[in-house]
Amino acid sequence: MNKRTYWQDNLRLVALCLAIWFMVSFGCGILLLDFLNQFEIAGFKLGFWFAQQGSIYVFVVLIFFYAWRMSIIDKRHHVEED
Amino acid sequence: MDLQTLTYIVVGASFALYIGIAFWSKARSTGEFYVAGKHVHPVANGMATAADWMSAASFISLAGLIAFLGYDGSVYLMGWTGGYVLLALLLAPYLRKFGKFTVPEFIGDRYVSQTARVVAVICLLVISFTYVAGQMRGVGIVFSRFLGVDITVGLVIGMAIVFFYAVLGGMKGITYTQVAQYCVLIFAYTVPAVFISLQVTDTLVPQIAFGSTVIDGGGFLLGKLDQIVTDLGFTAYTSGTKSTIDIFFITLALMIGTAGLPHVIVRFFTVPRVRDARISAGYALFFIALLYTTAPAVGALARLNLTETIQTGPVGSANGNLAYEERPEWFRTWEATGLLTFDDKNGDGHIQYYNDTNMEFTPTADSYGWQGNELGVDRDIIVLAMPEIARLPNWVVALVAAGGIAAALSTAAGLLLVISASVSHDLLKSTFVRDISQKRELLAGRISAAVAILLAGYLGYNPPGFVAQVVALAFGLAAASLFPAILLGIFSYRVNKQGAIAGMLTGLGFTVGYIVYFKGVFIEPFAENIAANWLFGISPEGIGAVGAVLNFHVAMIVSALTPAPPVEVKKLVERIRVPG
Repeated sequence: MNKRTYWQDNLRLVALCLAIWFMVSFGCGILLLDFLNQFEIAGFKLGFWFAQQGSIYVFVVLIFFYAWRMSIIDKRHHVEED
Repeated sequence: MDLQTLTYIVVGASFALYIGIAFWSKARSTGEFYVAGKHVHPVANGMATAADWMSAASFISLAGLIAFLGYDGSVYLMGWTGGYVLLALLLAPYLRKFGKFTVPEFIGDRYVSQTARVVAVICLLVISFTYVAGQMRGVGIVFSRFLGVDITVGLVIGMAIVFFYAVLGGMKGITYTQVAQYCVLIFAYTVPAVFISLQVTDTLVPQIAFGSTVIDGGGFLLGKLDQIVTDLGFTAYTSGTKSTIDIFFITLALMIGTAGLPHVIVRFFTVPRVRDARISAGYALFFIALLYTTAPAVGALARLNLTETIQTGPVGSANGNLAYEERPEWFRTWEATGLLTFDDKNGDGHIQYYNDTNMEFTPTADSYGWQGNELGVDRDIIVLAMPEIARLPNWVVALVAAGGIAAALSTAAGLLLVISASVSHDLLKSTFVRDISQKRELLAGRISAAVAILLAGYLGYNPPGFVAQVVALAFGLAAASLFPAILLGIFSYRVNKQGAIAGMLTGLGFTVGYIVYFKGVFIEPFAENIAANWLFGISPEGIGAVGAVLNFHVAMIVSALTPAPPVEVKKLVERIRVPG
């Protein structure tokens, strides 16, 4: 295995996940709040929904996604545990 | 069966369960005492982390906090969940690979410095004691409110229970009691929430009820809520009063602070493998999210329920407000506790509940003949009185009591364990008595846990006036001191002990200084705590994020100006970055 490429694959995945993490909470829930609140879906103003519900759902999915992708990267670089 | 007896039975049964688990999972080695022998299944660890993390405040106060803050309450929802993403991606897997017992131990080994380790211990102790005092207080309050015992007696019972399973079982005992406590608390939280959403919106799932139409007409829950609260002079529920920059920084500080809390981090030392640490963070957040997505729904449902109970007709109409004589039974019950208060300012025998601090609304209120808000509502009532407001059977009330106690005990135990581990392992074993045997270290761990419980009990009994003020401090400290030092220790080869120590001290000093400047811990504040005085409009609650940024920069600049760390550090960092 190559430690450098393993670490770079990891960093790329972390960067992707953190970008999503930032977008749903700080982006949709805070900075874009007023813009998104113009849209109303199923009784929720969209920005408000991201701030109080949506961002949390995305966080949960994001961690499982990261764990799943990392286990693939581990195998590809032959560094998985027994 | 009357409520008192039923509550005693339910709470007593939950205690019997915790004590039974403590006997079953007695710790026999330091490894079991500090990290449960690293044999905890990731799902069990996820549940234990959720109980560890969700305190009396999450269980009792969160929904009420959001009910009265509306959108501004989002900082707690995003801040206290988003931190787990940082933990799962940036810290937990690597610290698990490091494979030792405590957070200061990692900092000491990575920066090859006993000083750095001691600085980390000091941060850990301040954070954990601040937190644990609040938990012990919470235990006392729940006991006194539901079991009718004196607050001191409640505190002593709580201390005795925690003493039993934390001292005996260590991390192993705590883990499995926390799993049981999670089950108790989430069940106790969900049952009344489901009933109240059925009653208001005829929808089973609170998260869906949140966006549904209300039963009695009037459209969507949130639309109706926005309408009625603005009619009463409050800010619309779905928009806030805090500035965007402040919301941004508070959320960030809570996220980084969550990821930097030692009692949460150390839970990920207990799973068998690196990949278990990653997935376990996912399970933890899933179990936390069950409560954290229910709480805002409960907040909105309860706010509407409460407002409509008082405002029975159109705002401003002669008989639009509830007559005091006709107040419901639960109103009388909670009046007795002082959590609900009524003061008939205009002497009309009706209750007016509106925002009398909104100057623009004053002329309207005057035209209605209202002379001030007459209802005092403590935010904790939203959860505590929910079963009665929803007219649920007594066993649900008993369950809420057991849930509140479970939430407080599980968090207190987790905190006490990291305190005792850092005293016996980081201070005693590595600084003062290096050749201590494992058996004696275990004994030392138990003694320091016992001392920590007594101290926490004292702080809970006799809370220093500033406890309420320093919640921001615990998160600010974790964000500004520990998180950057750990993160840089993993992601940089170059940051050395000079950089880490300088960074931690800068972050710590800046954050503490800013909070003391505006909030005055031990001393009088230097300036009024208002937006006009704040740095960039960031409140003391959010300043930890700025402290963290300062810490990162100072650590990197100082490291660049001083010699690179020794070769073995590079090997350590290379080792923890790879699982197998």
